[in-house]
Amino acid sequence: MGSIWEYANPRKFIATTDKLLPWVSALAVVALAGGLIWGFFFTPEDYRQGATVKIIYLHVPAALMAINAWMMMLVASLIWIVRRHHVSALAARAAAPIGATMTVIALITGAIWGQPMWGTWWEWDPRLTSFLILFLFYLGYMALWAAVEDDDTAADLTSVLCLVGSVFAILSRYAVNFWNQGLHQGASLSLDKQENVADVFYYPLLVSIAGFVLLFVALVFLRTQTEIRARRTRALLARERVS
Amino acid sequence: MIALLIRDLRLAVRAGGGFGLGLAFFLIVVVLVPFGVGPNSGLLSKIAPGILWVGALLACLLSLDRIFALDWEDGSLDLLATAPLPMEAIVSIKALAHWLTTGLPLVLAAPVFGLLLSLPEAGYQPLLISLLLGTPALSVIGTFGAALTVGLKRGGLLLSLLVLPLYVPTLIFGAEMARRGIEGLETTTPLMMLAGITCGAIALLPFASAAVLRVNLR
Repeated sequence: MGSIWEYANPRKFIATTDKLLPWVSALAVVALAGGLIWGFFFTPEDYRQGATVKIIYLHVPAALMAINAWMMMLVASLIWIVRRHHVSALAARAAAPIGATMTVIALITGAIWGQPMWGTWWEWDPRLTSFLILFLFYLGYMALWAAVEDDDTAADLTSVLCLVGSVFAILSRYAVNFWNQGLHQGASLSLDKQENVADVFYYPLLVSIAGFVLLFVALVFLRTQTEIRARRTRALLARERVS
Repeated sequence: MIALLIRDLRLAVRAGGGFGLGLAFFLIVVVLVPFGVGPNSGLLSKIAPGILWVGALLACLLSLDRIFALDWEDGSLDLLATAPLPMEAIVSIKALAHWLTTGLPLVLAAPVFGLLLSLPEAGYQPLLISLLLGTPALSVIGTFGAALTVGLKRGGLLLSLLVLPLYVPTLIFGAEMARRGIEGLETTTPLMMLAGITCGAIALLPFASAAVLRVNLR
């Protein structure tokens, strides 16, 4: 077993992820189906919220992954800046649309839940607002990738943007906290609490979070492979045109 | 460095456009708002600090792409890059020139435009202080955005998409401070936060801007 940097070799990365991808995808399907079916059909209804509580199985994992996808992009960008491995830059690029989609899922499921519970689709609450800002950051990041023609320049620019954006995203998070008192409940899950949500809801939630994580990993693998192959195709085409 | 600053200021004043345009845009935003929400002076005085802040921010945004675009087109940016001046200094000077030609006039014009929006008397001082403290951050952050998009053909729209989310914390604390001042509440906390953001941006962002500018000039 060599060092982790061996996977910076695109060929090695594709070979390894090819082997892993069916397993990760299958596990993701099993965990997602298990978590969601368990959550939707085999848990009791909350005595105050009724059936609407069940959206938690989509909302919380999607919100978690929206933030974690950005963290992953941040790490990948740092690796690109420090060690200049192309796979890392491409993985960051591949993760961005997935993270943006997760943000949208979290916002939409939140709105659907908020309508009957808070009586409004949207409220300028700190958590909701910072998610909207996070979505704008994703949009800007993806737009910059799309706008710059040269691949290495694009990778450099977007990774600096990702670093600066992370700082400002955290700043915005605290700024909106200061700006408006929240309607959103506190964190549903944290490691240092005795009981987070009642156990009947907790275990299916954990399963569906695992499903979302696996889904994210599978999608990142797949999209990174696609990016690598697209770049290889472009290089081959360019070579043919020259000869 | 000073020569560069003087050159930039002279260009901004003589080339026309950039200098007055931001102010004119600010005025138009301020004039359009009463048309949009109605001439009720009670409502206007309530939203005046927010409108002035958003207007100043948009006017600032409008002139951002001029920071590097002209120098990029005629090649003087390449010359500057090979000059014995470090890139960080060039970027800082550019940001300073942008602030002097755009941010400072906006700050000075804001009280006059406050009259148009029937800003309450207690609001002038906190509004002025918050704008004076906040606009340098807008210029520095904007310079980073301009450095990111300098080589792009249609960078203008992308520039707004990149820079506006970065403006959020500055806007929140700036407008909050002005609003608290009007209501007679304590303004120290937003003042400190705003000053912190500005100092942090001035201290750190030139390095990021210089890094992306080097990439773009490669």
